[in-house]
Amino acid sequence: MPPLLEVRDLRMHFPVREGVLLRARQTCRAVDGVSFTLAAGETLGLVGESGCGKSTLGRCIVRLLTPTAGSIRFEGTDLAPLSRRALKPVRRQIQMVFQDPVESLNARHTVGQTLAEPFIIHGLGTPAERARWVQELLDQVGLPRGAEQKYPFEFSGGQRQRIGIARAIALRPKLVICDEPVSALDVSIQSQVLNLLMELQQQLGLSFLFIAHNLAVVKHVSDRIAIMYLGRIVELGGADDVYANPRHPYTRALLAAIPVPDPRRHSPPAPLAGDVPSPIHPPSGCPFHPRCPHATDRCKAERPELRTVATPTGTAQSVACHYDL
Amino acid sequence: MSSPAPLLSIRDLAVGFQTDSGLLRAVDGISFDVPRGRTVGVVGESGCGKSVTAFSIMRLLPQPHGKILAGQILFDGRDLVQATPAEMGTIRAARIGMVFQEPLSALNPVHTIGRQLAEIYLLHKTKDKREALRLAVDMLRRVGLPSPEVRVGEYPHQLSGGMRQRVVIAMALACHPDLLIADEPTTALDVTVQAQILALLRELRAEMGMAVLLITHDLGVIAEQCDEVVVMYAGRIAEQGTVEQIFDRPTHPYTRGLLASIPRLEHPRKTRLTTIEGLVPALSEMPAGCRFQNRCPLASDQCRQSQPPLEEIDPGHTVACFHWRSSV
Repeated sequence: MPPLLEVRDLRMHFPVREGVLLRARQTCRAVDGVSFTLAAGETLGLVGESGCGKSTLGRCIVRLLTPTAGSIRFEGTDLAPLSRRALKPVRRQIQMVFQDPVESLNARHTVGQTLAEPFIIHGLGTPAERARWVQELLDQVGLPRGAEQKYPFEFSGGQRQRIGIARAIALRPKLVICDEPVSALDVSIQSQVLNLLMELQQQLGLSFLFIAHNLAVVKHVSDRIAIMYLGRIVELGGADDVYANPRHPYTRALLAAIPVPDPRRHSPPAPLAGDVPSPIHPPSGCPFHPRCPHATDRCKAERPELRTVATPTGTAQSVACHYDL
Repeated sequence: MSSPAPLLSIRDLAVGFQTDSGLLRAVDGISFDVPRGRTVGVVGESGCGKSVTAFSIMRLLPQPHGKILAGQILFDGRDLVQATPAEMGTIRAARIGMVFQEPLSALNPVHTIGRQLAEIYLLHKTKDKREALRLAVDMLRRVGLPSPEVRVGEYPHQLSGGMRQRVVIAMALACHPDLLIADEPTTALDVTVQAQILALLRELRAEMGMAVLLITHDLGVIAEQCDEVVVMYAGRIAEQGTVEQIFDRPTHPYTRGLLASIPRLEHPRKTRLTTIEGLVPALSEMPAGCRFQNRCPLASDQCRQSQPPLEEIDPGHTVACFHWRSSV
């Protein structure tokens, strides 16, 4: 069976305009050659620090952005070159949950209006049917009866994210892109929303592309994990393998940098020095070499491609590093 | 516990905000100490009053709505609640430094970082501008800013988030304060940069011996940085103790729920996470009695009628719960 989603060599380059005439003098390579697949019912976690291109990648897949190059095959159709009109039927199948439910919900619409909108846009149902569907959606995401008559500001952050999730699942999509869905929430609320997402996946057979910077959160909900650095995937594999046996030095540093809620654990020194370089002037060779403790001359000159490595469990794991560290 | 007088002692502090719906008590009678040279963490979720506590100590509550309603903030034996604005001006920077969550809002965008840092030295240490700039470069080197001689001439927007936070830390520590208040100092930073800033704070604390009041929502940061912990919920203290007591023997149902709901790397994937059901009540709708009652598995009539007092269950470990014995 072909995968639900197959992304090949995707690139999203933004012109950086400068000067009085706003000429594009430089290019920001936000996503620079990313390939992966996603099976039906699977969750792929996408982890990386700010500016690594993870959100841009998500926005390319829902086609909020038109990628510069590469293909996005969804059920066999390449979405990358499609026009707005041709995209409309596909948009039912791919939905998005955003980080900030305040900004992604229309403050002047009641929750009922917001949730009925997808049905109206796609010409589904009579007003009475739509009202019933809205009720069902509210039940599904655990919001109280009567919520449809309220406005977003009347809800707490966690409830607003439930509204964002209800909107995303309204049209019964196959793929939901979750872009930092719990980063803005408090810990006790975060676990409620993560449980909801996992339940909905079970019930509706959804596939998730789960974008987040918190590796512990991503590992908990994902089947496989991709680690991004400066617009590229540097490691990709089963969630347990990547955690138990990280192969890329960046993945190791990310794991080591997470503060662990255990005072007995000796506080480690910072695993990495320096900051993430700018995607406008990415380093030569391996983009990670200026911060890598193992970098050699080869790393400065030659960019490592993702290559498959052997795992103890026999599952597929790949790493973009010249060396077996 | 009998020990020398703590550097900072907060006694029955209550802070309120005047709003359209009346006076809201954001902090409602909290007491805790920060001993000299120790790091005390205040942890809690949004709206629990942890930042309001920090701003009250600095006397930087938003005016005219924010007001200290009752209590004392004894800093080195002196009540900051009674201090005049001029006295507070001397105490801030010289004796208490503060680091905020968002470094960009703590820095002036139109002045070079060298000028902003040198200004502190000109106010408190020296009259000589060149000497002040030299001290600024030294301080920036100590906080690990690369090539500080060049960076002093740059503006905040030219620095990365991590470097900006280093500059803010340099400014907070310029006059060797006795107390550093750090309000979510790494929340806006990436995890690898967060690790750098946390390591820097540990180093500087060991080197300069100041006490730190660290405010955060991240229990991982608390475990790594702190000696003592204050857990706040809805404007009150739920539990306090040493970091070992809080993590080894969490006793308040809220602390236990909070620790259990963190997804951990070693947990099996795709399993249901423990949650604390429900929501924090709004400040305008606080129930009588215990404020955690609507989310607590142990809540009883007693919890709905009266506020549980802080009870010492072990030396230095206090809990505000009637049912703490059934909780563990």
